Amino acid sequence: MTSDPTLHPVGEAPSAATTASIEKRASRRIAFEEAVLPPLVALVLAAVVGDVLILSFGQSPSAVYRLLLDGTWGNAYGFGQVLYKATTLTFTGLAVGLSLRAGLFNIGAESQLAAGGFAAAMVGVLLPAGIPALLCLPLYLLAAGFGGGVVGAIPGVLKARFGAHEVIVTIMLNFIVLALLNYLVSAKFHVPDTLHTPELASGALPRLSDFLEPFHGSAANLTILLAIATAIAVGWYLFRTRRGFELRAVGMQPAAAEYAGVSVAGVTWRALAASGAIAGLGGLNYVLGYKHYYEEGFATGAGFLGIAVALVGRGHPIGIVVAALLFATLSQGGLAVNALVPKQMVDVLQAVVILAVATSVPEVRRLLRGARAGASRG
Amino acid sequence: MKRLLILVAVLLVVHVALLFVHPAGAAKPPSGEAIDVGVVFDLGGRGDKSFNDGAYLGAERAEKELGVRVRFIEPGEGSDRESGLRLLAAEGMDLVIGGGFIFTDDLTQLAKEYPNVSFAGVDYSVATDANGKVIPPPTNLAALKFREEQGAFLVGALAALVGNSKKVGFVGGMDFPLIQKFEMGYKAGVLKVCPDCQIITQYAGVTPEAFRNPGKGKELALSQYQQGVNVIFHASGSTGLGVFEAARQTGKLAIGVDADQFKEAPGFVLTSMVKGVDNVVFDAIKRVKDGRFKGGVDEYGLAEGGVGYVFDANNEKLIPPAVRARLEALRQEIIAGTVRVPSVR
Repeated sequence: MTSDPTLHPVGEAPSAATTASIEKRASRRIAFEEAVLPPLVALVLAAVVGDVLILSFGQSPSAVYRLLLDGTWGNAYGFGQVLYKATTLTFTGLAVGLSLRAGLFNIGAESQLAAGGFAAAMVGVLLPAGIPALLCLPLYLLAAGFGGGVVGAIPGVLKARFGAHEVIVTIMLNFIVLALLNYLVSAKFHVPDTLHTPELASGALPRLSDFLEPFHGSAANLTILLAIATAIAVGWYLFRTRRGFELRAVGMQPAAAEYAGVSVAGVTWRALAASGAIAGLGGLNYVLGYKHYYEEGFATGAGFLGIAVALVGRGHPIGIVVAALLFATLSQGGLAVNALVPKQMVDVLQAVVILAVATSVPEVRRLLRGARAGASRG
Repeated sequence: MKRLLILVAVLLVVHVALLFVHPAGAAKPPSGEAIDVGVVFDLGGRGDKSFNDGAYLGAERAEKELGVRVRFIEPGEGSDRESGLRLLAAEGMDLVIGGGFIFTDDLTQLAKEYPNVSFAGVDYSVATDANGKVIPPPTNLAALKFREEQGAFLVGALAALVGNSKKVGFVGGMDFPLIQKFEMGYKAGVLKVCPDCQIITQYAGVTPEAFRNPGKGKELALSQYQQGVNVIFHASGSTGLGVFEAARQTGKLAIGVDADQFKEAPGFVLTSMVKGVDNVVFDAIKRVKDGRFKGGVDEYGLAEGGVGYVFDANNEKLIPPAVRARLEALRQEIIAGTVRVPSVR
């Protein structure tokens, strides 16, 4: 658009600008609706499926849902547990989300999380006692990021160099890495009669209950700040840096990105390594903040649930944080309602949310586009 | 857009309508009169045909016979164990039970935080200090432990008595102290009735994976049977399924573990050394009900019905009356303390 008055009658300029701003606002609204509506549909659908399941167990839906809310957001302890679980899920969700933006499906967050936690626990055992937490923290960050990053970089390099499909490699690496960690812990590093390593010598992070008494007993700890910082960093990287732009370009159109001079191979392995590193940081939530040791199976399922978090959160850091809170609520709520209905009910609800979001995203987009086309025609 | 909103609206209406449905059998909130018991299962949960199912059976029996009210929690990930115990303790349960050695740390901590609640841990591992002295659990926490070696002793004697061979076999899962208890008891039992017998001992591995490897179990069992072994005792979780498979294939005998495993290979299962998780859980609940509960280490052996071996219609043809009498005599000697069974290498 040019503002040269000689080419355009003066009177038309403001009206054109208004049209542009209206269009911009409309497209923003549509983007917002596209982001918010699918999860909303999914939630309502999950609620109805939940009703039917609860009734099939001979229980009253209102009682079960009330118990679920009371046990999660209804008291400080339950809320603390939700925050704790959401912290791990935010890391794994961000990990999967970042790789999704690059057009890669990282199924390996489960083992990357464990590897990060294990690496941090090993550093913690080697450190001498009595070092201030603030000095240890960078070391732990490095260790956890490195542990997860290595596991993530392997499929990245294999994909970039040899074209090995990252889904297959990450799935298979899950088995290898988890079995290896399993062996290392149970054969070499465990405390007798347990399945965990010795406690960290120093640098454990305080729990939220150290500052806010009502949280007493809950596992929520300062790692939550780290999760928020990571979410901000990922958002900034994706949307505010050149590297992030290249990553998204590869995710949308690898051939076009290559043509424009982006190294697709480079983006591929960097994205998977970074994804693994972020998942690895998630291990700190348990190792640094909660139990202060690595235990066999400390976050079983959190890596796989991260895939769901990333899908429901639409690969956007804000969406991922919200989705992590949602899944953490369901997970903790499952314990609270366990007296009335089997735990599997909550697993089914999570699956319904995932399926509904996965199917409703294109459907919603189609409907919205259709509505817009209809509106412009009429 | 409009269709989408209609869909959401319809779903919402259905949901709200269903919220008003209250089935007749719906649970009522806890009341103050009955004894309330909470059980948190180990990972794996209900349906494992062993540990967790045993705890479930015991608690269910207590519900029927003692009129207590029981709540169960099945944890998912690692942090759920503490969370489950804490939810139950905070609700003011009279007794909270953790099913499995992995609950040890969490139970110890919660018992200190909730001194008015009784806790019990099945297979709780009692810590020792630097000098090897036992650190007692908190006074409101009962460590429910089994004398596996005593049950293993009896099946060892049985294997030697009916095996018709100077060689008997043992297949362990993960090589660590808990399974070594089985091995030591078994060996002692064999040698008690057949001092010149040879015991072939093999373990499937050194990681927890060794409890889930039927292929390895079959391989080890086949090689033992080929060496002239006629009876193998396995203490190896689902690895033992391979041992049963080998028994069926070679027409020889195997001995099950933890629960009655007759159904795994009917006709080829001599007996099973059972760990009475159900009895132990029931007993703990009964003691709370009777006001006799106190913390400490409770060991359940033959005398307390904590361990034993299966003798019923399924396998009575395999065990002659004379052998049965000999085993019962040994049982009495162990209970009386005249026979002492080793538990460590």
